Amino acid sequence: MTAVSTQDAPERVRRPELVGLAALAGAGVLLAAVGARWFTGPLAVVALALVLAAIIWLVFTAVAGGPEARRRIAPYGLLKPGTLWLALFYLAPLVTLLRLSLSTLPSRFAVEAEFSWEFQNYVDAFTDFGPQFQRAFLYAAVATVLTIAIGYPLAYVIAFRGGRYRSLLLGLVVVPFFTSYLIRTIAWRSLLNDNGEIVRFLDAVRLSGLFESIGIMDNGRILQTPVAVIGGLTYNFLPFMILPIYVSLEKVDPRLVDAAQDLYSTSTAAFRRVVLPLSMPGVFAGTLLTFIPAAGDFVNAFYLGSPSTTMIGNSIQDQFLVQNNVPLASAMSFVLMAIITVLVLIYSKYFGTEDLS
Amino acid sequence: MSGPTSVRGSVAKWALNIYALLALIYLFIPIAWIVGFSFNNPRGNYNVQWQEFTLANWREPFGDEALTNAFVESLRIAAISTAVATVIGSLMAIALARYRFRGSGTLNFLIVLPLTTPEIVLGSSLATLFLDWDVTRGFTTVVIAHIMFQVSFVALTVRARVRGFDWTLEQAAQDLGASPVRTFWKVTFPLILPGILAAALLSFALSLDDFIITLFNAGSLNTFPLYINGSFRVRFPPQVNVLASAVLLISVALMIGGMMIGSRRKKSS
Repeated sequence: MTAVSTQDAPERVRRPELVGLAALAGAGVLLAAVGARWFTGPLAVVALALVLAAIIWLVFTAVAGGPEARRRIAPYGLLKPGTLWLALFYLAPLVTLLRLSLSTLPSRFAVEAEFSWEFQNYVDAFTDFGPQFQRAFLYAAVATVLTIAIGYPLAYVIAFRGGRYRSLLLGLVVVPFFTSYLIRTIAWRSLLNDNGEIVRFLDAVRLSGLFESIGIMDNGRILQTPVAVIGGLTYNFLPFMILPIYVSLEKVDPRLVDAAQDLYSTSTAAFRRVVLPLSMPGVFAGTLLTFIPAAGDFVNAFYLGSPSTTMIGNSIQDQFLVQNNVPLASAMSFVLMAIITVLVLIYSKYFGTEDLS
Repeated sequence: MSGPTSVRGSVAKWALNIYALLALIYLFIPIAWIVGFSFNNPRGNYNVQWQEFTLANWREPFGDEALTNAFVESLRIAAISTAVATVIGSLMAIALARYRFRGSGTLNFLIVLPLTTPEIVLGSSLATLFLDWDVTRGFTTVVIAHIMFQVSFVALTVRARVRGFDWTLEQAAQDLGASPVRTFWKVTFPLILPGILAAALLSFALSLDDFIITLFNAGSLNTFPLYINGSFRVRFPPQVNVLASAVLLISVALMIGGMMIGSRRKKSS
């Protein structure tokens, strides 16, 4: 694909792809820096002028250059709007978050924080909110394991036994998630309520004693226990596990299983040695897509939990929007992101695959 | 699947099927509650205790004014942000799928990053940016925030759909004398349009439903999820269930429509 066109016209622009790359990267970095207010005043104006110049340079090169130059520069032009958007509204905010996390509020009622290398915010984040961090990662981990336990068999049955109803069944998996996340969680709150349908049903079939003894119920109630919070997380992130697993199972050629069985493998062994390894990329992607949002979630803990089951998301939300302690909330956000990044890196090292998306 | 079937094998097979069926039912439990309670005639402000069946809520889906306003606001935000994000994101997807170029690895990484960052970090960091800029948070900041996560989503979804596209078709059109612009609109665009539309629909749904990122960047603005959350302590009108069920019905109808068009295309080609 790279050497399609022939050189019928002499090139008027040398190395157009370097022009494209430089214009894209330069504009992105500068815009992120201006957004994060590394440059202020006249310097910021200069930087913005440079961003504009990079865009004009790119357009000029495409217009002045021949068709070959245009073809080589095209991807950079196509990527430009999206890259600049992400530079300004994804990268710059992270830099600002880091800066605010090292700032102090001059007084208790001050709005404007001042940058002061204030590491105390990080000390406070760990000492005051240790249990919330622990619960967030513990609940998210348990919920992730549960989504695999529930989602994998379902994805397997749809992929291998769905036949012509495959896409219909897959559609059924997606349908519940076209209703609002918040309302689904409120639905569980109502269903798990102390005199709601589920608790009454368990009482009626005399299962509540059993559930009590294995720790699912606490004094006859499910709502406001860790079980309810983890259950909510599991439910809400289930499709993020099912869909990637289904995608990787769908690619498995059923004839491979036949081949294994022709070679006298039992069906269990065929699954374990053929299907399971081939579906691991799906499990990997699903784990990331479930664990990461679950660890930062606060909706489930708020609606289904109690003050003793709050997760770090609840604390960040409270510090940021209710207590107005933006520096501390920023430090907590940053720690959350740092821990997740480290966990993801470790996890990808051991279970990772090349193809993420 | 061939192979010997024993009694034990078929029992295991049915056990797995039943397990999968139970998982599917589990997915629909809260949905049944949401749709069911849209037909409830509640006593008081809370629609959480079953009283009696009524069609009154469906006759007046917009009977709750504040809720309706918030819902309309959500639709406006979703429409604007989806339009912008679909264009920007699709351009990125075409660049990544169509060309091999220096820096594509880094760009891929940048696009994946927002989707692997917890929503609370996205929301709070963007809020610190707007605080730092002294920008009042409201409609515009929410639209900006939604475009940010939708761009990544659209780029990845469209790229996955465009991957199998046969780019030599473009070459063929140009060999037959079509200009690059004409080639794009007459050959490439119609073929990748279904993927773009699917991505747009899903990102519209993401915007409509977004709560966490919106909460941090909305200021005093009320969207559908924000209104439900804010008023939950005082009231939970049945219209919430009606609107949620209506969104569900429309989404399902669009999905079935898309599937039918897709299968008709497959048959005709």
